Amino acid sequence: MIHLEYVDRGQSQQTVPVVCMHCEQPTCAEVCPADAIKRSADGVVQSALQPRCIACGNCVLACPFGVPEVYLERQIMMKCDMCYDRTSIGKRPMCATVCPSQALFFGTREQIDQLRPQSAPANRFQFGAQTITTRVFTMVPRRLASAVPFVDVTAAMNEEPPPREIRLKTVAAEWDPYADIEV
Amino acid sequence: MAQDPRSAIDPQINTPGREGLTGTAPVNLYARPPNREQVTIAPDGKPMEMQPPWRRDFPIDALQDQYVERRDFMKFLVLTSGAFTTGQLWLAVQNWWRRRRGRPETRRIASVAELPPGEAQLFAYPGEHDACIVARLPDGELVAYRQKCTHLSCAVIPRIEDGTLHCPCHEGVFDLRTGRPLAGPPRRPLPRIALDVRGDDVFATDVEWRTS
Repeated sequence: MIHLEYVDRGQSQQTVPVVCMHCEQPTCAEVCPADAIKRSADGVVQSALQPRCIACGNCVLACPFGVPEVYLERQIMMKCDMCYDRTSIGKRPMCATVCPSQALFFGTREQIDQLRPQSAPANRFQFGAQTITTRVFTMVPRRLASAVPFVDVTAAMNEEPPPREIRLKTVAAEWDPYADIEV
Repeated sequence: MAQDPRSAIDPQINTPGREGLTGTAPVNLYARPPNREQVTIAPDGKPMEMQPPWRRDFPIDALQDQYVERRDFMKFLVLTSGAFTTGQLWLAVQNWWRRRRGRPETRRIASVAELPPGEAQLFAYPGEHDACIVARLPDGELVAYRQKCTHLSCAVIPRIEDGTLHCPCHEGVFDLRTGRPLAGPPRRPLPRIALDVRGDDVFATDVEWRTS
């Protein structure tokens, strides 16, 4: 179960799908006070266990990728579990089957090498001081993948905005008809 | 070193007709990790022996979470049966103590003249705060019970015309003639007060604690 986030809802309709990256050391499970988030034997981090989850939302705050979602009316956290009902019987996850441009791809490494010869898979991400290794890979340009050992996600936050010139309308340039009136 | 399950991918999976369209992973593609102790790696990368104890108690991997060690199971068995045994011993000690105290003192609680058939009275027996109820049935028989409901200790109210004692808290009903529960949540009968009628005086002589 994935969800869509709006990039800038006021300005555009662009959305990004948020799929779970299935970390090697899942932060959501680390912070869960109810011991409800478990990873199955094949490395898939599952949704919270129904009898344990207290819907506190710690995982929502902690996950660097913003994956878990709390459903307060049902008192449960649910997240992308790689469509466990499908992948466990050898089918691809629903998002990968419906994605028209195959931006979300589920398959073998040989297949993706054929499909994206210019890109290399990367699964190390840097969030400030936290390095995260994931089971889900993102495709990055091949020359970058060989040069940088990880994808520095939060580096974009430190970028200075490009300087631009802003001209405001000056007030005194026009005649103010109320200037003489005492309030 | 556990074998990387990715290396177990069947190269035949990419054969014409199967490539990338429908299921690419057979059911048994991902091998189960051989040792559950090696599955979880803490974020600092140090071995499990150097981790705080809570990391062992609350493992992230389902494989380890569902596993019950023989030692833990034995601890559970010993502690649970120990608790049951202690409870039985405690009951035995309570019984012995009650028997050792003997019967409570005989005390006059009412007079027959004040209790025409169909009437009930309150009294305290054997202690000052042990509220009891004495009632005279329409056929003239005298019965007395503790007033505490055996469910959650509310005070029961006699309904002599119905032949019952009624507990208003949870609609419990007791038989007035025997004190046994008839309806509602109480499962045990009310403790009966043994009565002795000497002339016009009614004496309480004993409390009969009953369990069924």
